[in-house]
Amino acid sequence: MSSISFIALKTIWIKECTRFLRIWVQTLVPPAITMTLYFVIFGSIVGERIGDMGGRPYMEFIVPGLIMMSIITNSYSNVASSFFSAKFQRNIEEMLVAPVSPAVIIGGYVGGGLARAMIVAVIVTCVSFLFVENVSIHHAGILVLTVILTSTLFSLGGLINAIHAKTFDDISIVPTFVLTPLTYLGGVFFSIQLLPGIWEQVAQANPVLYMVNAFRYGFLGVSDVNVGVALAVIIGFNLVLFTLAYTLLKRGAGIRS
Amino acid sequence: MKALSIRGLKKTYKGGHEALKGIDLDVEEGDFFALLGPNGAGKSTTIGIISSLVNKSSGTVNVFGYDLDTQLVDLKRQIGLVPQEFNFNQFETVQQIVVNQAGYYGVPRELAKQRAEKYLKQLSLWDKRDSPARMLSGGMKRRLMIARALLHEPKLLILDEPTAGVDIELRRSMWDYLETINKQGITIILTTHYLEEAETLCRNIAIIDQGTIIENTSIKRLLATLNMETFVFDLAVNEGQSSTAELTLEGFKWRALDDHTIEVDVEKSQGLNRVFEQLSAQHLTVLSMRNKANRLEELFVNLVEKGRKPTAAEA
Repeated sequence: MSSISFIALKTIWIKECTRFLRIWVQTLVPPAITMTLYFVIFGSIVGERIGDMGGRPYMEFIVPGLIMMSIITNSYSNVASSFFSAKFQRNIEEMLVAPVSPAVIIGGYVGGGLARAMIVAVIVTCVSFLFVENVSIHHAGILVLTVILTSTLFSLGGLINAIHAKTFDDISIVPTFVLTPLTYLGGVFFSIQLLPGIWEQVAQANPVLYMVNAFRYGFLGVSDVNVGVALAVIIGFNLVLFTLAYTLLKRGAGIRS
Repeated sequence: MKALSIRGLKKTYKGGHEALKGIDLDVEEGDFFALLGPNGAGKSTTIGIISSLVNKSSGTVNVFGYDLDTQLVDLKRQIGLVPQEFNFNQFETVQQIVVNQAGYYGVPRELAKQRAEKYLKQLSLWDKRDSPARMLSGGMKRRLMIARALLHEPKLLILDEPTAGVDIELRRSMWDYLETINKQGITIILTTHYLEEAETLCRNIAIIDQGTIIENTSIKRLLATLNMETFVFDLAVNEGQSSTAELTLEGFKWRALDDHTIEVDVEKSQGLNRVFEQLSAQHLTVLSMRNKANRLEELFVNLVEKGRKPTAAEA
């Protein structure tokens, strides 16, 4: 990468981080409150009656899933809302008139999504310390790799959504009708081994399952799916979405007439 | 060297609207160039294509020798764009906006901050550097867009109606600033609805209408084609002297606007002396005199109307 592209990448990244830090009450506080409620209701109140899941107390079992859920929603919404706002206010033109390549734009926005997801992940992990006594880390490398790959994947998803979106409603459709069901059915709150017969196989078509389980393996050393397969699936999705986002930006879809 | 060279540029939007029908245009380095045209003529589309905001349908665009299709990165570095509408993030501060823009062009942050100070001071915005853009007045926002476009120090500055909605005093100060940077070597292309602006600032002009260039020449040459001007005379009518009702002006078409004011059509060959002579002979004192309309405005209207006159076949 040339030094000019690196400066442009850094500029977009700083701009993105400045944006979500400026509105921290909207971006960083809500995940802490939401996850605290999940820990209280599903972990402490309901969880004690459920007992063990995947060989671990239920509270410990859901911690990785809830952190991953925060990473997914925050990566996605950060890039989707920021890029669409830039389109809506037309300040995306600041980048379009400059010699900034589509790859640099993608890198800057994904970097912003990644930064917010990391900060939220740390906040939610700290919140989990209030409810779980021993938060062990089984494999730090897989843990970090899964966070980076998952956050990148959903940042790319948010970017593609924002490229296509024409109204603010368009950027809430995917999170509501696609992301939330996939996340809730992706093994955040339960092991897919609990699903009856055919539904266990159906659940394996859900990409979020691989992310939650790879992350859970990094934390607890337990997973419903093979971790190597899980990482390969996430990398595969990343490549597909990057190619799609790159092609759309190169063509100027939704941003050039 | 040519700052801009356009050949056979066409643009057809989705839905079939043909905004540009194959225009050719040249702008020399160092020029102060006006691109005029009525609303929807194709000015903003042309500027959009040059600055990569609009995809062209066909044709070529060269900026300082760099081709839009094959040398886009180098071409973009030559251009600074001041768009018609405010297109910055209203929540960012003035300094963030200009420094970030420089960053997109690869200007290191420290250097960008130094330049931000220089240009924001020149445009009287330094005191507002920490204010969010939404808190600025309309005139300040216009100046912010000029500062933003200059931060990477482009050789060609394109301004799309930069003084729209700006008060007269501020407009004049912006004209002074643009003249200063043009003298320093920056080529300027300006679109405007204020024809006085084009006449005051620009050396060369292209008039575009319905996607076609209908005139491309120097302002001087264009104004030389003007055969007739209308002047408004304010007269002092004293007791015992003729009033405008009794006035006669032989050889001129004229109209009385009120008891003290007349407007006279003067052809180039006639000269103004004969008007003064006749007014003086009738004991009328001329208090003041002015052009009724901007000279360029008359030409502009004539050219556009001429270009739209239906041909025999169409009629």
